[in-house]
Amino acid sequence: MTPIIEARGVKKRFGDVDALAGLDLVAESGQVTALLGPNGAGKTTFVSAVATLLRPDAGEIRVAGVDACAEPKRVRKVIGLAGQYASVEPAMTGSENLRMVARLFGRGRRDARAVAARVLERLDLADAGDRLVRTYSGGMRRRLDLGASLVGRPQLLLLDEPTTGLDPRGRTELWSAIQSLVADGTDVLLTTQYLEEADQLARHIVIIDRGRVITDGTPDELKDHVGRNVIEVRPRSGADLPAVEEMLARIGSEAPHTDLDAQRVSARVEGGGDQLRDVVRLLDERGIEVDDVGLRRPSLDEVFLAVTGTHIDPSDPGADPRSTAADAA
Amino acid sequence: MTTTETRAVGRSEHATPTRASGANFVTSATQSAKRTILQFFRTPQLLMLGTVQGALFLFMFRYIFGGAINPGQGLDYVDFLVPGFLATAILWLMMPASSGVAEDATTGVHDRLRSLPIPRSSVMFGRSIADTALTLWGMFVAGALAFIVGFRLHADAGDVAAAVALLVVATYSFTWIFITIGLTSKSAQAANGMATLLVIPLAFVSAAYVPAKSLPGWMQPVADNQPFTILSNAARSLALGGADAAGLGHTTTYWVVLSLAWCAGIFMLFSTIAVTHFARRR
Repeated sequence: MTPIIEARGVKKRFGDVDALAGLDLVAESGQVTALLGPNGAGKTTFVSAVATLLRPDAGEIRVAGVDACAEPKRVRKVIGLAGQYASVEPAMTGSENLRMVARLFGRGRRDARAVAARVLERLDLADAGDRLVRTYSGGMRRRLDLGASLVGRPQLLLLDEPTTGLDPRGRTELWSAIQSLVADGTDVLLTTQYLEEADQLARHIVIIDRGRVITDGTPDELKDHVGRNVIEVRPRSGADLPAVEEMLARIGSEAPHTDLDAQRVSARVEGGGDQLRDVVRLLDERGIEVDDVGLRRPSLDEVFLAVTGTHIDPSDPGADPRSTAADAA
Repeated sequence: MTTTETRAVGRSEHATPTRASGANFVTSATQSAKRTILQFFRTPQLLMLGTVQGALFLFMFRYIFGGAINPGQGLDYVDFLVPGFLATAILWLMMPASSGVAEDATTGVHDRLRSLPIPRSSVMFGRSIADTALTLWGMFVAGALAFIVGFRLHADAGDVAAAVALLVVATYSFTWIFITIGLTSKSAQAANGMATLLVIPLAFVSAAYVPAKSLPGWMQPVADNQPFTILSNAARSLALGGADAAGLGHTTTYWVVLSLAWCAGIFMLFSTIAVTHFARRR
């Protein structure tokens, strides 16, 4: 089956900044692909190139087999774009916004009304459909914006940081909306700085930094790739913390870390199950009582740290000087 | 939520062969225009500014500065003022268009529109129609008010109709400058600043509010030859019953033809820039 997105050696330069520095990416049909990276990594630039908003300096992008550079008009018929902002009109009702987009997709007046009603229904906005968008909450605006990108029944939905700035509830609601779309067979390319979001939604995660793909795979593959599961032990008595630390030092592959606040000792291990069994046996032999002992997979943040050497820190967008140039463009 | 039902609907519609083909030029321009017009009439600040601003300026010139200005030729200042006032009202009333376009460009509205299967030029044509309509609305309000503060026409119906038509054409042509400013600015505030820098000299260094002869000598060549002096003089000649009656040299035809030439040039240059800028893939 033709991949929904096939990008080869895509380059784009804005002034002195290489927003995309030879990016290769294949997104298979029938799944959510998440593009994960810090600010300025090139996520928005890549989405804009797939959406035919900008033309790469070099390389090739195919969307559902169609060359996005040579035949942008055909690509525009199969994509839906929801950018970083909710680009719906506050002075129009939810229904008017969707009807406008439907008309722009070439539908007649009555048809547009039906499409708008259907999309409002599916995004749980039917009750708010006749209210001005101005009165919507941030989460509702984002859902309506998602709805606007669905009006054309796209084969490929492009979501650029769809939940940035939403409260946890708005985020969860948008996530479930996206998940139900995927169940209907819409392919999704989503960019995010939130590891949890990628973990929750995507079956294929592509980690990019400085305009290049660093690594990709399923969330599990990425975690396996980094290896090093983590064993965590929480002794019942704080007095046992040093003993547990000494014990984990022998089993772990790196020096263990004691978290005094959480009363917990953790250590990375090369394997997993065997080491956990050893830990349980040793605890038992020494008569140390525990509240909790467990083996946990590395988090995506640890994966990101391992492959790029830096943390993803969405709380600090100003930290990366590249972000302004690349995102503004 | 009736998940199963909506999913079933979704799937069956995926299978329908009529995947959207994209709107034609007229539909897409109409939709763009409609959005801008709804935005205007449903946003109290925009509606207020666009409706009351003209009236406010008219009162100021008529009653505050008017007493100090003598247009000569035995003309009442109000009769001298109103044609020029309406011509330059294009400038004042069009300023929000620049920030509006810049806002659409920076908040993802243009990106969304550019990702749709529509002729890209249609979006800016729709915008130009809407901004023209909104500016004409403000001019209509100010024009109606002009009669209340004492303005009288001194020409036959044909000339008056010609004056109105000329102002409509000029409004449409000059819209494109303001759209271009909006498209090429990095933010709504920057667009507003740029528009102000354009509007103030064009409106004041002209014969719109005062006779050009009363300006300092070095300023007169600029004022005499800029489009808003020419447009004011054309509107004046048409409304007051000839160039002579309006205290102007040349003939009415001269002022009207020169105005139309300016409009044509402005339209061709700036509509090309705006449409190309919007449609370009960066």
